[in-house]
Amino acid sequence: MTDSTPVPDNEIDDQGIIQGVEQLSPEKIERIINEVLSEETGAKLKVYVDTCVHCGLCSEGCHYYVSRDKDPKFSPAGKVKQTMWEIMRKKGKVSPEFIKQAAVIAYTQCNLCKRCAMYCPFGIDIAYVLSVVRRICHRLGVVPLYIQDTAHSHSVTGNQMWVKDDEWVDTLMWQEEEARDEAPNLRIPLDVEGADTFYSVIGPEPKFRAQLIYQAAMIMNAAGEDWTMPSMPGWDNSDMCMFTGDYEMMERLKKMHFEAATKLKAKRIVMGECGHAFRSVYDMGNRALGWKMPPIPIVHALEYYHELFSQDKIKIKHKFDRPVTLHDPCNIVRGRGLHEMARSVVNSTCKTFIEMTPNREHNYCCGAGGGVINCGPPFKNARLDSNKIKAEQLFAAKAKGAEVVIAPCHNCHGGLEDIIHHYGVDMELKFLGDIIYEIMEKPEE
Amino acid sequence: MHDIYAILTGPLAWLSFAVFLGGSLYRFISLYQLARKKDGAVFQYMDLKFALRSIAHWLTPFGAKNMRMNPAMTVVTFAFHIALFIAPLFVFAHVVLIEESFGIHWFTLPDSVADILSIIVVLSCVFFFARRIMRPEVKFLTTWVDIVILIIVAAPFATGVWVFHQWAGFPTMTLVHIFSGELMLAIIPFTKLFHMFLFPFTRGYIGSEFGGVRMAKDW
Repeated sequence: MTDSTPVPDNEIDDQGIIQGVEQLSPEKIERIINEVLSEETGAKLKVYVDTCVHCGLCSEGCHYYVSRDKDPKFSPAGKVKQTMWEIMRKKGKVSPEFIKQAAVIAYTQCNLCKRCAMYCPFGIDIAYVLSVVRRICHRLGVVPLYIQDTAHSHSVTGNQMWVKDDEWVDTLMWQEEEARDEAPNLRIPLDVEGADTFYSVIGPEPKFRAQLIYQAAMIMNAAGEDWTMPSMPGWDNSDMCMFTGDYEMMERLKKMHFEAATKLKAKRIVMGECGHAFRSVYDMGNRALGWKMPPIPIVHALEYYHELFSQDKIKIKHKFDRPVTLHDPCNIVRGRGLHEMARSVVNSTCKTFIEMTPNREHNYCCGAGGGVINCGPPFKNARLDSNKIKAEQLFAAKAKGAEVVIAPCHNCHGGLEDIIHHYGVDMELKFLGDIIYEIMEKPEE
Repeated sequence: MHDIYAILTGPLAWLSFAVFLGGSLYRFISLYQLARKKDGAVFQYMDLKFALRSIAHWLTPFGAKNMRMNPAMTVVTFAFHIALFIAPLFVFAHVVLIEESFGIHWFTLPDSVADILSIIVVLSCVFFFARRIMRPEVKFLTTWVDIVILIIVAAPFATGVWVFHQWAGFPTMTLVHIFSGELMLAIIPFTKLFHMFLFPFTRGYIGSEFGGVRMAKDW
């Protein structure tokens, strides 16, 4: 029975939000909100907001709530109360200060991981409701600075990390050259028409994790894959615009990506170990473009690895011998049900596998997803304080003997790396590709 | 007194049925039209098999992880909803009234069972109320409307028990009983009580998304 005013959190230091709010007027806020609500939403949002009976049962579904000592402001419905309920109740007549708070909640206090949808008895998709809040904030120009920078990069270069066209090709050729020390005939085939597999990665791979491209090339090479990568924009499957609420740009990016693959007449897209990019090509971006399912088969790295082992396409020298645990990324587990395949690959490659609990669909989020880590340093401490439960979950797995955490997702890597350091968990973090590369038999010729 | 009784059981009864049915129909049609206009994708992804799979899990006591995490809430919620439907439909006094008015009748519950079911409803409402004011995460979400609805739902059952036992002032209580029952019925389309009709759709939709697209469980 508390009154329905937004609860101010600690003051924020984000110029994207602060300066965005300074340019707002109540009239603009009201106009934009009503445009979004009447033109872009409909019965789904209305039913979700009307059906919620305020039971609070979604709370336990949220790692923010659990980690923040059950502070009701961080429960899924609590976040909707502080944002969308007010927005709808007041028909858009909310203050700039309210928008500031709503932006902090929607962009930095929800990973859009959809775990709460499995805890709400009505199956209300709270992540969708908070996405609409983000959409409103985007339309109002109130977006955290760091993630907006990646969105700008997307719109200028077609990739997330300001990678220039020549730098992209140069990086691929550099990795090819490096890999040829190990596998002399290895190629990273560019722009091959009609290849079975079109391989795409996210912007951060060429920018600062180029060894992942190296490893993928080694794996593709060992498996005898007929594959190619594009030399031109469209190579980046990532999508921060999806998370800022810039859906027009999301559509452009997905179109570039799908068209890069179809121009080369590729049979399928295999993508690196990234979760949010998978969400954007398999769930949100394709829908925004009018495709019920992606226009070309999308294969996540995890599915691809599963294919390699189930079809005996690569051989391993020995199993990875340190005990591992597995983190289930939301976008490929709650987003695509790859959890059993992941276990199958882990069991094919690792000697000892220790489950963390909860796991599979019920795993706790890394705290980085949904663009939260991309909101950058201004929110880093809050992000880590908001995922104490993940550290506890990792500590429990460690107590059972796990030494290595496998996280087949870039965002999860970023998030878990921070958690491991911040809480002193002291476990090593790996991609599945790291392990496969380490233990596989590498063709000599 | 008799005049009031006549009004309550005559025009007002018809009015409450009309508001309940008409209002529900209106809300359904307007939501359906809005969905057709704005949420075409929902119809694309709706999948009967996965919708029913999800609904079945969530209508089975302890069939979802969250129910196992909140055993008291689960027991009370199921008991409450079952009693809420069974008691008014099958209590002898109601069936007799139906028979007198329309000449049709059906199975009736022994009075003692109906009495217990009604008490379950009232106690459940007390539980929900306590939860609303004691648990911080629920209190944060609770509005005064939630409390009023809880009282309106509990009222016909509390007064029903009162009347059945013929406690002091039961003739007046009979009037309160009838009126509160009619009030509850009439507000269903315009309040959160409409969740009784929307549940299969929200649950069914997320079940379809999880089953058909996400290939994951949602319980």
